[in-house]
Amino acid sequence: MSTAKTEREPLFSAKTKKLLLGPLNKENPITVQVLGICSALAVTVKLEPAFVMALSVTIVTAMSNLTISALRNTIPPRIRIIVQLVVIAALVILVDQVLKAYMYDVSKQLSVFVGLIITNCILMGRLEAFAMANKPFDSFVDGIGNGVGYGIILIVVAFFRELLGSGTIWGFRVIPQAFYDMGYVNNGLMILPPAALFLVGIIIWIQRSKNPDLQEEN
Amino acid sequence: MFSNGYIFRYASIMVILVAAMLSAAAILLKPAQDRNVRIEKMQDMLRSANIESTPANADQLYDKHIVKEILINEAGEEVSVYAGGKFEKGDRRPFDIDVKSQLRAKQDIAMGKQAPEPVFPLFICQKDNEQVYIIPLSGVGLWGPVWGNIALKSDLNTVEGVTFGHKGETPGLGAEIATDIFTHQFPGKTIFDESGNFVSIQVIKGGVKNSSINPVHGVDAISGGTITSNGVSAMLHDCLSNYITYIKNQKAI
Repeated sequence: MSTAKTEREPLFSAKTKKLLLGPLNKENPITVQVLGICSALAVTVKLEPAFVMALSVTIVTAMSNLTISALRNTIPPRIRIIVQLVVIAALVILVDQVLKAYMYDVSKQLSVFVGLIITNCILMGRLEAFAMANKPFDSFVDGIGNGVGYGIILIVVAFFRELLGSGTIWGFRVIPQAFYDMGYVNNGLMILPPAALFLVGIIIWIQRSKNPDLQEEN
Repeated sequence: MFSNGYIFRYASIMVILVAAMLSAAAILLKPAQDRNVRIEKMQDMLRSANIESTPANADQLYDKHIVKEILINEAGEEVSVYAGGKFEKGDRRPFDIDVKSQLRAKQDIAMGKQAPEPVFPLFICQKDNEQVYIIPLSGVGLWGPVWGNIALKSDLNTVEGVTFGHKGETPGLGAEIATDIFTHQFPGKTIFDESGNFVSIQVIKGGVKNSSINPVHGVDAISGGTITSNGVSAMLHDCLSNYITYIKNQKAI
């Protein structure tokens, strides 16, 4: 990483760095832009699918941002949403097909979620708000940044839901049997969708109390 | 500003390009995908009989252990028999039969519609010195299809093992039917009661302990996955019931 940084310094200027790192904190797609909440509820029961989902969304966001940005001057504004949707859908189907052919196990774990990436608001949000008005490389970085920002929240939420709800991390049992013998029980609420809302709420609370500039006036 | 003609041309070209790209991807990747599906079907079948396999050796183990594939109709007659790589009777390979379409044909006939005669596959697995009968299952869960295999011991009554799969049940809830925690409840259960009547195996919400069902015919459902659990119950009943005549005939011999 460090060598790449020195050689390609102009690529990672202050602006691109902001594009990449901004979504991790003050422009986080889930906690600040409030996009992609539905999938954050659905795929965070276990850590593993949450991780693969985060990865897939990052790839698709980056690639669709790149494509739309490269085409942005040719796209007629009146059908731009349709064009964006076609690009996203094509990419998602392609990812799904390749996974099915060469990474069958992973594709089974993801099942419907790969298809659900099409409906992820983050993708359309970034295409509309960023890729339509910026250069391809910046858009690509913005896509990576937003995908990772989305993924981090997913993984944090999934970590706590799996730990408290199933007593496991990445499928491995971490809460010792002795705890259960002493009367500890897994929290059933954590495996139900509302638990993700509580956790996302808590994350937003922590983030806002640490960043006063995110707080609204009234 | 873009003219209407430009918009139409743009949209048409885009759609054609994307369609061509996706079709090409689908055609090129199809053989690899089909192979994965067949391998998985073999692995699932072997796993229900408690034979572990990997995608690499599934083909080989399948040929070694599954000594006979039989296709039966509802009267319990053997329509097709496939063993050792050739047909002993009939010409339809049981492995390629899609249980779901057979169940639909059965439903159509019950509703008075025209449909081909439903036939159901049964696989005989030679494991050590025991014969295990594997029956493929197909049904519906909450979000889509669920399927599986149930292996019966040579008495055609006691469960040797089961596997379940699903298209897209909720992870952590309905999707848990595919995990060991759920499937390990099945071995040792029986599908016929003492007097020989078919009772299937029920998946019971709230736990077998708290119900009036004989524990040998029931397993615990999954919290938060009630509809999927009920789907599994219905699937077991609907699929196994097609084999009752055949099983009773076998026992009479």
